[in-house]
Order: sequence, then structure tokens, then C-alpha cells
Amino acid sequence: MDTATLPQNVSASQPDAITGYRTFRLGSFEFSRDAYFATIRWPVKGTLHSHQMHADDFLRAMMRDIAWGFFYGWVNFDEVLGTRNHYGKVDLYAGSFNASYKDAGVDYLEQFETPVIMATFKAIMQDWVNEGFDPFAAPEETGTAFGVKHGDNLAAIDRTRIATKRMPGLDGDSPLRDDFPINRQFVDVAQDEPEIHAEPGFEKELHAFNLFKYLSRSDVTWNPSVTSVCKESLFCPTTEEFVLPVFHGNDRVEWFLQMSDEIVWDVGDKNTGEPRARVTMRAGDIAAMPADIRHKGYSQKRSMLLVWENATPNLPKRYESGELSPYPVQF
Amino acid sequence: MQQTVFGSLDSFRKGSIEIIQGKAENYAFSNVFEVASLAPPYQKTVVGKNLKFVVESLRAEGDSPWFAAAHDEFTVVMDGEVTVHFIKPATPGSLAPADSEGTVKLDGQPEGQSMGYVKLRRGHQALLPAGIAYQFRSVKPGVVLVQTILGPNSVEKWAEICLH
Repeated sequence: MDTATLPQNVSASQPDAITGYRTFRLGSFEFSRDAYFATIRWPVKGTLHSHQMHADDFLRAMMRDIAWGFFYGWVNFDEVLGTRNHYGKVDLYAGSFNASYKDAGVDYLEQFETPVIMATFKAIMQDWVNEGFDPFAAPEETGTAFGVKHGDNLAAIDRTRIATKRMPGLDGDSPLRDDFPINRQFVDVAQDEPEIHAEPGFEKELHAFNLFKYLSRSDVTWNPSVTSVCKESLFCPTTEEFVLPVFHGNDRVEWFLQMSDEIVWDVGDKNTGEPRARVTMRAGDIAAMPADIRHKGYSQKRSMLLVWENATPNLPKRYESGELSPYPVQF
Repeated sequence: MQQTVFGSLDSFRKGSIEIIQGKAENYAFSNVFEVASLAPPYQKTVVGKNLKFVVESLRAEGDSPWFAAAHDEFTVVMDGEVTVHFIKPATPGSLAPADSEGTVKLDGQPEGQSMGYVKLRRGHQALLPAGIAYQFRSVKPGVVLVQTILGPNSVEKWAEICLH
């Protein structure tokens, strides 16, 4: 990437003489990387504070934030750094949802127009993801993120959430995945399709597909993608392996239904990060993630997870005002 | 390679919650196979609720009533082999009032034209189109999920099904 190819609104240095990576500025934040680490700096009371993440963890987290369009609510890259989606604007913060930083007053938050922060994040990925590293893949499936700059992997970082209007495979809707290979950890998943016996004239109205086959061919991990739409109720299944690269704090309740294998969820307080629970989910288990927590999943084997979202637009305000309980059912 | 583990009515291992702070009830944690194993056939037991939207777990066994809704619904077979038969009503919009939400249980087989059927096995998903009558048929016990809106036939029994 030469300077001429940088999008407008993206502030980047020339490549560093030793590491080959550019340093980026977004508002008062500065992002730099070296062979091992991403370093983030922000101003507090006239001095700069800093935070480091392993480059691979940072790039996996940023990949999800970009692909999801900043998703719902808070996307914590780790216990310090993260974004909050306001659907048109996005907060970038350091320490704002960490009890120690907050108490010490060394946290910092700045709000950006979505296209501006998105352009910068994409430019960072284009520059910092090297040839052979796929930040959307599980560690066993891809090469290393470390070292000085060597090449790029633009194809790998260009994938996004699948947008589905009604159901994949319908005319004019998102496609099925027959052209994708079966993931190495799902080779035992049945690939038979449902039998559709439509009476003449109804061939286009009856619709079914093999969801587990579809998931077995997912080429990315931890990327909820829509497969059925009942008004604002969205089924967003995904295949999971290793760890969810972010600690997601939602601005609404969401639900998980484990469709295969097992995931363990670390659950913490949304505002302070303090641990609340560890939830072990096996095939058939369904559980709510309340609106006042953050969660991070661990999946030893690649597993199938149904993430269920309510996309009604006014929910964050209703939860924040206390009109809605953070817990979806009382009993 | 490690085997992919799916659940079934006969074989499921429910997970658990280790609490550090707060209550297990907050997570409304159940298992769709356990719920279906303890329910009468085709009881629409709510296992997930997000304001008005629900996920229901149904034990598929024999023929279900004919159902319909004014909006799209979806089903995923989690265990067994289930066929879904579809009838297009003679009068469009006659099965469920246009502004209604949730599944309507019909009184017997509705008048109309057979659209055919789909045969679903584990992991298969089908569209249950708005305004169309549908019936589940299953020779052996199975489990289906339905994605819909809370309706008069949705059964909530959280205290019975959830970890606490």
C-alpha cells in the first residue's frame, strides 16, 4: 500500500524503516505495530498512556469488528481497548470499561463517524496482516501474524457477515455453500439435502436446506451470519474454534443455542469486567446472555453455534433507561 | 479427527453454570432435547424469548395439528426425521389475521390446495411461509425448533426447564 492508495480520512505514516509497518492516527489515538505487538497510545491529562496486545490477538479482534460493521453494543478487543456501536457513530475507548482504569481516571473515549473509523481499521488490516496469516481462521488453520512486514492477505480480510433477507438459497437471497470445501473438523457431518416434493406450480414456494451442511462449509470462525429472518428475529449461526477474539458486551439480550460439541463462556460484568460466571454449553443447550454482561467463548473443537439476535433498533435505549430488565425471563 | 457431537432425545449431556456472582436463573439455561423429552407431542415449549420473539422446542411424534401464522416462521430438525406438509388456503390470508403474531392452531385440515411436502432430517431447516398451513408428521419421536413470535399456543414453563 503506498500513500496514494490510502483512503481519505485515514492518517498513516510512511512505512517504518525497520519493521515495514505504518503507524496510524485516529483522533487522538495512535496505533503502531512491531514484529510481535500492536501498541495503542492515547492522551490523559497531558501525557500519553499506552497499551499492548499480541499482534495476532489484535488482528483477530479487529477483523471481527470490521466484518460485523461494529456489531451490537461493545466489542472489547481485551480488558482495555474496544469499540461501542451507536449505529452511525462509533466510540473507540481505552480503559472506559475497566474498573481500575476508570477509578484512576486514565481511561479515554473518542467518538467517530462510522465511515471514518471503518476506513482506518481497514487500512490498518491491509497494512498489518501479512501474507500467510488469515485473521478469520483458527490458529491451527493459518500461518503466523508475527515478524516484520512481508506481503499482505487482502482476500482473507475482505470477508464480511452474510446478509440474508429471508433464508439462504431462495431466489435473490444469499447463496448456499455447495462450492465451499467441508472444514477438516466437520468431515463427519452428513451432507444430504432435504427432499422437497413440491406439487406443480409450488416449486419456488417450498424451501429447505441442510443447515448443518451449510455450517460445515463455513470458511471462517466466530462470524455470526444470518440464516433466517422472522421480522426482527435473526438466527445467526456460526462455526467456532479456539477463542472468540473479542469480549462481546451487548446493548441488548442475545441467546446462544449450541448445535454441536461444546463451548465454555467466560461471563463478566459489562462495565467493570469483573467475572460473573462460566457457562458450559453442550449440544442442545440454550442460554441467554443478559444485557448487562460481556462474554468470551472457548471452543476446543470446531463447533456449531446458533447466535440469536433481536435487531429491533430502539433496544439499547430501553435497556439503558431501565425500562427493560437485563434478564429476558423471570421465574 | 474428533467426532462431531450432536444431541438427540436419547443422548444429550446438559451443560452447567459455575456462578461467581449473580444467579443461574439470569441465563435461562435449558436443553432442547431434555425439554422435548418431557413434553407432550407438539407442545410449543418456549426455550428462548427475546421480548416478543421466541424459539420453541417441540417433540415431534405422530401428526401435529395444522398450524399457520401471518408471518414467516422457520423450523430446524434437531433429531429424527420429520416431514412438513403444506396447504395454500383457498382464500389468501384466511388462516391467521393479517396483524396477528405467533402460531395459530387450525381446527383440522384447512380448505385449499396441497403444495407438497418437505422431508427433513437432523440439521435440516425449512421455511414455514406466511399465510400457509403446515403440519409436522413424524413416525418416530424427534425434536424440532420453531423460530416464531410468542403466540397463544406458546407454552412458558421456565421454572421447570431452567437451571437454578
